Amino acid sequence: MSILVDKNTRVICQGITGKTGLFHSQQCRAYGTPFFGGVTPGKGGTEVDGFPVFDSVDEAVRKTGANCSLIFVPPGGCGDAILEAAAAGITLIVAITEGVPVLDMVRTADVLASKFPKSRLIGPNCPGIITPGIAKIGIMPGYIHKPGPVGLVSKSGTLTYEAAWQLGNVGLGQSTAIGIGGDPIIGTNFIDALTLFEADPQTEAMLMIGEIGGNAEIKAAEFIKASIKKPVAAFIAGQTAPPGKRMGHAGAIISGGSGTAEEKIAALEAAGVVVSRSPADMGKALVEAIARKK
Amino acid sequence: MKIHEYQGKQLFAKAGVATPKGIVARTPDEAAAAFTQLGGPIAVVKSQIHAGGRGKGRFKEHPDQPGVKVVKSAEETRDHAKRMLGNTLVTIQTGPEGKQVNTIYVEGGLNIARELYLAVIVDREAGSPVVIMSSEGGVEIEEVAKHSPEKILKEPFHAGYGLQPYQARRLAYQLGLTGPAVASAQSFLPKFCKFFVENDCSMAEVNPLVITAEGELVALDAKVTFDDNAMFRHKDLAELRDLSEEDESEVRAGNTGLSYVKLDGNIGCLVNGAGLAMSTMDLIKLHGGEPANFLDVGGGANVAQVTEAFSIILADKNVKAVLVNIFGGIMKCDTIVTALLSAYDTVGFTVPLVVRLEGTNVEIARKMLADSGRKIIAATDLTDAAQKVVATLKA
Repeated sequence: MSILVDKNTRVICQGITGKTGLFHSQQCRAYGTPFFGGVTPGKGGTEVDGFPVFDSVDEAVRKTGANCSLIFVPPGGCGDAILEAAAAGITLIVAITEGVPVLDMVRTADVLASKFPKSRLIGPNCPGIITPGIAKIGIMPGYIHKPGPVGLVSKSGTLTYEAAWQLGNVGLGQSTAIGIGGDPIIGTNFIDALTLFEADPQTEAMLMIGEIGGNAEIKAAEFIKASIKKPVAAFIAGQTAPPGKRMGHAGAIISGGSGTAEEKIAALEAAGVVVSRSPADMGKALVEAIARKK
Repeated sequence: MKIHEYQGKQLFAKAGVATPKGIVARTPDEAAAAFTQLGGPIAVVKSQIHAGGRGKGRFKEHPDQPGVKVVKSAEETRDHAKRMLGNTLVTIQTGPEGKQVNTIYVEGGLNIARELYLAVIVDREAGSPVVIMSSEGGVEIEEVAKHSPEKILKEPFHAGYGLQPYQARRLAYQLGLTGPAVASAQSFLPKFCKFFVENDCSMAEVNPLVITAEGELVALDAKVTFDDNAMFRHKDLAELRDLSEEDESEVRAGNTGLSYVKLDGNIGCLVNGAGLAMSTMDLIKLHGGEPANFLDVGGGANVAQVTEAFSIILADKNVKAVLVNIFGGIMKCDTIVTALLSAYDTVGFTVPLVVRLEGTNVEIARKMLADSGRKIIAATDLTDAAQKVVATLKA
């Protein structure tokens, strides 16, 4: 078992004729992901490296039975691409695009919630989702993720790879790893991912990686305390970040004295989560979280 | 992207948001002429910098001169302008180094009855823009939040439909406005929210928002920040950027597609990925060091970017050692090492360099480093890297 992605997932890529879109579609296909082509308006009927190209998501869904879309379109068109996918009945939308205007995401998330409740969005500005050994829908290096019992959810890309690698060092693979993205407005959040992992029989423990900015980690801590029975470990990046400065991710900013790593760590610890202070100890923290629950 | 108060007010005026009459001045004579043109009897001379706390701030060169001053004559305006222009204003938000004032804004006086607080931001949790108001105008909102949070009002609104008149009235009544002030709020607030959405702001703050004796809402201040991600569709707004207000090395990094933030420590770091870059700073601190910067070279770092990254890091005179932390994913470690070595030679390293690599093709990359003949200290893991780089400072 796993969450969101399994053998029945059928993937297409929006923006497949772009350099990045094509490269990662090839990488996903090479990993074994069931990949059925892509969409670029105006290039329908052509083919790139064996992938059929369609003019619209609607056409791609009708002709391939796709139920998942991986989005690489430029920032200005990302919100539109997400809604096109949802309108065509795609149930899992993974938006990798970085730099989407915040108000575009406000509008997109609003329409998704009100008109397309069956479509789940992951991202934008995220590495994607992987169920090791089954399907990779994103830009992560597949080989570092081994199948196993840990549900991994993270705001950051390379820090997720670091975590997966550390988990491998302590003999723990992942049921599914999700990068939810570092933007202020995102589709799937920590609580959504934790809920799915809690219900997934393969997942025995969870590792959550957050960062400064906003209060998603604090909301997640309250949720964990109330509703999560499985062991949870966490790491929060940005303990040394200065206030008022954006640290790479659009959402990673301490504003008005709130959104600090300290307050997030305190909330998570109060919820019984084992929080690793060092990014080198994420794997160890998870082992400790599992041991504590035994 | 931040802009100056006077620029914000010019944009407000275009959007139909009421502001006092004001004139931009770049010389003391222009300032004096502005006073005369505004017609008195009083005016306010305001230093233009991208930082708050100007009224309480003082100039390094003239310790008695505040950053904002009420004046009663053209001569007085000229005197204050002389002490402001070209000098360095230090406020609680500028840090001790302060900021040079190159522009001042001379504004006509108003008959003020009440001062309120107004801001619009995007509320992440609600997933929508939200109006924030308080009856405590002219006070830092963080202070109000701390001492009397019940005085802060929040009204989320739809980004597509804007703030509805009933929402504006609700805010007005909650703030205790009466008579013409309610009607003024019903006109002012929806226009302000429309301005926020149409210009892709990430924050628009007016503190204080005044109610005049005549019952009219007027924006006495303007602190506007735009969403950097949306600047591609606002070429006119992008032109309002004042590079002299920004850190030179941060601007340079931005031009190369690097994400860089200068800090006060002495260990420079170069990392791929924002989360890992923040974590690397944390790691250095945990092991007793002080990070000199945040630097994310991104996912597709090439020779040019790594070279520029190194030269930006080394241009900071505080830097006594550098830590490179790379988790190679799709970007292979050997590709990164090729770029590292080339950049190392181009830049001419004089401080110790510790490199920690993990991920795709790490074995090849480590061998390349070891065989390179450069004085590079290889680290086996994150902790080892932090310990080694901190140790170089003690040696």
